Amino acid sequence: MFIINCPFCGEREQSEFKAGGEAHIERPKQPTELSDDEWAEYLFMRKNIKGIQFERWNHIHGCRKWFNMVRDTSNDEIKAIYKMGEKPPVK
Amino acid sequence: MKNIAVVEKGWIGGGNTGRNTTIIRSNYLWDASAGLYNHALKIWEGLSQELNYNVMFSQRGVMNLAHNLQDVRDLKRRTHANRLNGIDAEYLNTEEVKKFCPIINTSPDIRYPVLGGTLQRRAGTARHDAVAWGYARGADEMGVDIIQNCEVKAIKRNGDSVKGLETTKGFIKTNKIGVVAAGHSSVIANMAGLKLPLESKPLQALVSEPVKPIIDTVVMSNAVHAYVSQSDKGELVIGAGTDDYISYSQKGSHDIVEGTLNAILELYPIFSRMRMLRQWGGIVDICPDASPIISKTSIKGLYFNCGWGTGGFKATPGSGDLFAHTIANDEPHELNAAFNINRFVSGDLVDEHGAAAVAH
Repeated sequence: MFIINCPFCGEREQSEFKAGGEAHIERPKQPTELSDDEWAEYLFMRKNIKGIQFERWNHIHGCRKWFNMVRDTSNDEIKAIYKMGEKPPVK
Repeated sequence: MKNIAVVEKGWIGGGNTGRNTTIIRSNYLWDASAGLYNHALKIWEGLSQELNYNVMFSQRGVMNLAHNLQDVRDLKRRTHANRLNGIDAEYLNTEEVKKFCPIINTSPDIRYPVLGGTLQRRAGTARHDAVAWGYARGADEMGVDIIQNCEVKAIKRNGDSVKGLETTKGFIKTNKIGVVAAGHSSVIANMAGLKLPLESKPLQALVSEPVKPIIDTVVMSNAVHAYVSQSDKGELVIGAGTDDYISYSQKGSHDIVEGTLNAILELYPIFSRMRMLRQWGGIVDICPDASPIISKTSIKGLYFNCGWGTGGFKATPGSGDLFAHTIANDEPHELNAAFNINRFVSGDLVDEHGAAAVAH
């Protein structure tokens, strides 16, 4: 378990949040033009990184808002938290 | 194929193989899964003889409990589906559940009362370490090189086909590589420039202090997320759930354990004074449809056996057998044809979230 600093509510326990998986996967702009391979890539294929990962979280037991997080998945250390629509603050 | 090496970063049996809840069953819903898991179960039944190594396979039965009306409907449906596929399955009412495992609290006034359950009598457990050691000895006798403490650093490609492995002990030239790396499958796939439909998450289990025989079967409950059996040493072996975030930390959240133990105590008040000896978190690779991948890839000579998620141990003999067939023939066996990577493109998924026994 770790502490997450919700950009809207402040520090709360991780159990208050729901992980939303990999961030910055863009919804296809022209869904009707997509091939099966491109759909598979969008829907199912994931980087599943061991190391620095950009991901989405939702404070489901709090403000219920979505935000982004940069976390090292090898030790769960949180590097940065930023709001939806903002550019990631670290590379 | 005779010239085979197993390259292992740690030691044989040191990963999830030696740290799982050792449950073996084949009562999955869909035809493809029934074929795969029942193939494994049949091999389990003769495995100690075949390996000449006692894997302590014990067909003590696995019971899945129903706690609400939808559970009852789902489990009855699964019982019928199992029977149509030639898998032994019975539906039990509350009294029959109590008779089969008397320590379960079947009182109607608990938070999630036991409304019934399914029973697969041929299911059970095996000694996980013995399985790893027995297979390792058998493979060694057949001339397989088992190279331990040797980490794979890179997969070398020649255009669209593999040409070898870069390891911490040097380069291994080969035109066929089979990857069985559980939670780290995506990391290995990344070395070959491949993306997989997997997410790796911590799955926790815990073991109690040893006590005299008290539960002689395996009881699983999806709705309240708890399953328990007793090892031959006398420890209660309890399985908890996965965390919902991707992590390779091998540390799970405490609230996951707490939730599982709450459920265990509600169902088995007799365990209230038990002390837990060990807890651990293993990293499991989960597919979107909760079914595994035993498949060729877009790279020639590169094969993956992954995505077993929260329940790969039960399939060990079958998955190994079918993976070997796939690698040797460069074509899947009919039993693992449905478990190809391409199903995520075609949409022909094998959705086994319901039969994964506990929701993850």
